[in-house]
Amino acid sequence: MSNAITSTTASQLLSGMAAGDWTAVDVATAFLDQIQAHDEQIKAFLRVDRAEVLRQAEAVDRKRRERQPLGRLAGLPIALKDLVCTRGQATTCASRMLEKFVPPYDAEIVRRLRAADAVLIGKTNMDEFAMGSSTENSAFQITRNPWDTERSPGGSSGGSAAAVSAGMTPLAIGSDTGGSIRQPAAFCGVVGVKPTYGRVSRHGLVAFASSLDQLGPLAGDVAGAAMLLEVIAGHDPSDSTSVDEPVPAYSMTLEQPLSGLRIGLPVEYFAEGLDSEVDAAIHAAADFYESMGATLVDVTLPHSKYSVAAYYIIAPSEAASNLARYDGVHYGHRAERFNGLVDMYAASRGEGFGREVKRRIMLGNYALSAGYRDAYYLKALKVRRLIRADFDRAFETCDLVLSPVTPTPAFKVGELINDPLAMYLSDIYTISANLAGLPAISLPAGFSEAGLPIGLQLLGPPFSEDRLFRAARMFERETPWHAKRPAL
Amino acid sequence: MKYTTVVGLEVHVQLLTRTKLFCGCLNRFNPTQPNVQTCPVCLGLPGSLPVMNRYAFELALKTGMALNCTIPPLTKWDRKQYYYPDLPKGYQISQYDLPFSSKGWLEIVTDALPSETKRIGIIRAHLEEDAGKNIHDESGGGGDSFIDLNRAGTPLLEIVSEPDLRSGAEAHAYLDELKLLLTYLEVSDCNMQEGSLRCDANVNLHVQGDGGQTIATPIVEIKNLNSFRGVEAAIEYEAKRQFDEWQRTRHKLGDVPKETRGWDAARGVTFAQRGKEEAADYRYFPDPDLVPVTVSEEKKRQIRDHFCEFPAAKRTRFETQHQLSRYDASVIVAQGKSFADYFERVAAACGDAKQAANWVTQDVLREMKERKTSIEEFPISSDVLAAILSKVGQRKITTNSGRTVFAEILARGATVDGTELVEQIIAEKSLAIAADTGELAPVIDAVLAKNAKIVADVQGGKQQAIGALIGQVIRQAKGADPQVVREMLVAKIAALP
Amino acid sequence: MTGRLTREEVAKVALLGRLKLSADEIEQMTDQLSRVLEYVDILNEVDTDDVEPMAHAIELRDVFREDIPVASLTREQALANAPETDGRYFEVPQIFEGV
Repeated sequence: MSNAITSTTASQLLSGMAAGDWTAVDVATAFLDQIQAHDEQIKAFLRVDRAEVLRQAEAVDRKRRERQPLGRLAGLPIALKDLVCTRGQATTCASRMLEKFVPPYDAEIVRRLRAADAVLIGKTNMDEFAMGSSTENSAFQITRNPWDTERSPGGSSGGSAAAVSAGMTPLAIGSDTGGSIRQPAAFCGVVGVKPTYGRVSRHGLVAFASSLDQLGPLAGDVAGAAMLLEVIAGHDPSDSTSVDEPVPAYSMTLEQPLSGLRIGLPVEYFAEGLDSEVDAAIHAAADFYESMGATLVDVTLPHSKYSVAAYYIIAPSEAASNLARYDGVHYGHRAERFNGLVDMYAASRGEGFGREVKRRIMLGNYALSAGYRDAYYLKALKVRRLIRADFDRAFETCDLVLSPVTPTPAFKVGELINDPLAMYLSDIYTISANLAGLPAISLPAGFSEAGLPIGLQLLGPPFSEDRLFRAARMFERETPWHAKRPAL
Repeated sequence: MKYTTVVGLEVHVQLLTRTKLFCGCLNRFNPTQPNVQTCPVCLGLPGSLPVMNRYAFELALKTGMALNCTIPPLTKWDRKQYYYPDLPKGYQISQYDLPFSSKGWLEIVTDALPSETKRIGIIRAHLEEDAGKNIHDESGGGGDSFIDLNRAGTPLLEIVSEPDLRSGAEAHAYLDELKLLLTYLEVSDCNMQEGSLRCDANVNLHVQGDGGQTIATPIVEIKNLNSFRGVEAAIEYEAKRQFDEWQRTRHKLGDVPKETRGWDAARGVTFAQRGKEEAADYRYFPDPDLVPVTVSEEKKRQIRDHFCEFPAAKRTRFETQHQLSRYDASVIVAQGKSFADYFERVAAACGDAKQAANWVTQDVLREMKERKTSIEEFPISSDVLAAILSKVGQRKITTNSGRTVFAEILARGATVDGTELVEQIIAEKSLAIAADTGELAPVIDAVLAKNAKIVADVQGGKQQAIGALIGQVIRQAKGADPQVVREMLVAKIAALP
Repeated sequence: MTGRLTREEVAKVALLGRLKLSADEIEQMTDQLSRVLEYVDILNEVDTDDVEPMAHAIELRDVFREDIPVASLTREQALANAPETDGRYFEVPQIFEGV
């Protein structure tokens, strides 16, 4: 039974449980067993409390037996990236700094998931404080790509992506600041969505770069991602940057193909540096859309070559500020040996943070410091506006932009970790969406010769997630990629 | 003059909101129960986010407009970054380059120019959050410091004046007027002792150079000021100290970095504070967790239309409308809006503003201070006082009798609104002046008969001698109006041969 | 924008961020940061003379909450994650003038 359950889609699991084919405990047990069987190798999870998960599942079953009203995700296991605050349960951000931190409150997204009767199955591994593209920057463990355990699952939501890919959970939550949902989704062959900025509340999301961060769904298929986004999206008065826009019923409109779709292909994206197999897969996808009646349009995003540079000033600047609170005074790691208060701060932070985090804090403080602020930080913010304007202009002639997610399929663990700049440059296709605040989806689009997943990205104007899901579903319906599973 | 003292004041006031600036924790002075008014937001826990208190912004806006500031249509929030244990996020949410108000002024009255006002410029007023409190180990044993975050996140208004003040006295007057205005607006209670008003002073001198030119000396920031009087004394001390310094070192503005000194109220001196290693680099940038706030012309009009009368305007009106002296007007207005309203109700009801002012500034104020009550709790309402003053005004009772009634009502301790008690007491104590001058005439005749010598004195030009006669008449005819008695005596004496 | 960082500048920025770095870390940091800064110099190519900085990803304005109290955490909850506390206060080594 276990295999059947763990390879079933989220929506089918829901209808199966509703029909009485399985109980929530059956479902939870199947995924817990899968974790038990494979996570020693994959290391997607930081914490799984089997007994507690089964308690949650039993509570859903009891509600169902007693014919109480059930939430939209009743009985569905959902993994949470470990930067989402869960009340009474450790939330570490994969950092020594927060190794023992237990939040006294739930993130808004957790509140919504609990209200939807989801079964929170565990906290997943990530790059420390979401800084990284490989999940090698975790202070605790390196997550492996289920398709090839020598390779990275991507990052920073590598744990969540690997968990879905390896059938350890049907749904997961990740966060995306520069591509941290979409890139691991592409590397692991699953669906990942970064919503429009402000679509999902950031209350309880431990901040990395506040004007770029968004929480979003990872799933085995488009329907799962749509269903999960429907539940977590919506206005939250405790987040001043949360937008008060009604949430469309994505899962209802999902199956409606888009006619007259104009697909934009940014000329700047298909230049050197793009792996030929990725290039081929994206162009095949473009051809597919054309065969479905879409028009392909060349668009230009002239400032796209500056997006990585702008991002690697803006994100570290906000991060340096957001991480200033980790000082060992009120919570978090405090060093044992130090000489006076200043040294306590420096020693605690020196010990609590890993290399990449320290690097970004340094970059950020440099960019904001007196004398450099105009040249770096303000300059980057101005270029950001130009990058956004490029997209606004492009969306005058197309409905969606189609692009690669990553320049290559998954790289090997250890391959880029000592070359931060190379690692940063691999974010080239995902970063613009964060800078511009636009929604984007990554979905499976094929495999390399070596059997590694290749993802395709669709980007849309603000609050066009319904359009993204419909277009994604058009592709998914006619292609076999999403149904393939890694052999573990 | 040897030098001119130049002073700018930086004042922080806590706003009178129920809750903190960015979260729903109580905004309440609570030093005895540390860390019970906190939440993930004001503790700066990971994942927490700020949401602005609408009422705090409205109080801020009211204040900026009352200080005649320019209010831009858009204002934004910035992070000011530094490390201190009472600052849990490692940054303070404040305002940097687009504060909600700037370029205003406050007019002050100084004793030096009693009939004139002086306009003190306000560079800017902005809204920011307060930090928590550190409690240091005073034993000097190098022990730990303790942090209470109850206060963290409290809304603060920072008001920065132009360096337009020229003395400690002017600084004191500025603070008095600012406090008066803010308490009238119900924006803050400006209590320096409780910390709801804090003040730093920036002081330097303009001295005469050898060539006759004006030279500015380095600016010193004085902190640790605990009272308005302390501000005044510190500035006066510091000015003299800086002049001595100038004569010794001839340092001009820019020659040395800005110094920070503390005020030692006990010894009456400023002292050098341990310098920071490097000037703080606050790395200001727009707070990405908060969105800008717009202020429309309509909003400003609404606020302007609902403004209460400001203290300065009220003082002027009391002088012109009620013909009060500048001094009386100042005293009444300085006691606060409720007191000023009380005075006006009394004046309106008894029809004699001068009398009302006298009684209110002397009798009422004295009793309030002795009893340590506010005017709101004062046992004699404006109706009752007006009733007493009416009786006096109508010559039904003497002024002295009025005071007797006043004291009697206080003694009875009843808080009354009715004026019946006034009538009652007048009757009980037979204070009514005899209106019938016919009754008086024989008494007066008798007194005149008995005091031939005094009569002769009066006739001879010694007007004051009549006082003794008045006294004798009143002793016999209690309740007689001395004014009436005097008139009758004068008339009768004049009629005598 | 010069790009190349000196070791002294790195030490200064480390202090600004209150980060204690080992000699090795300073060495590596100097090299890696310099390369990133050299790379981001590319932004100088862009003419941004009449462009407003974009600090937010959305154009929201005027988001407020009402001045209504909400239950605070208990003291125990507030202090629960504190590295050092006397049960009432957060405790730190003695604070002098600067931190």
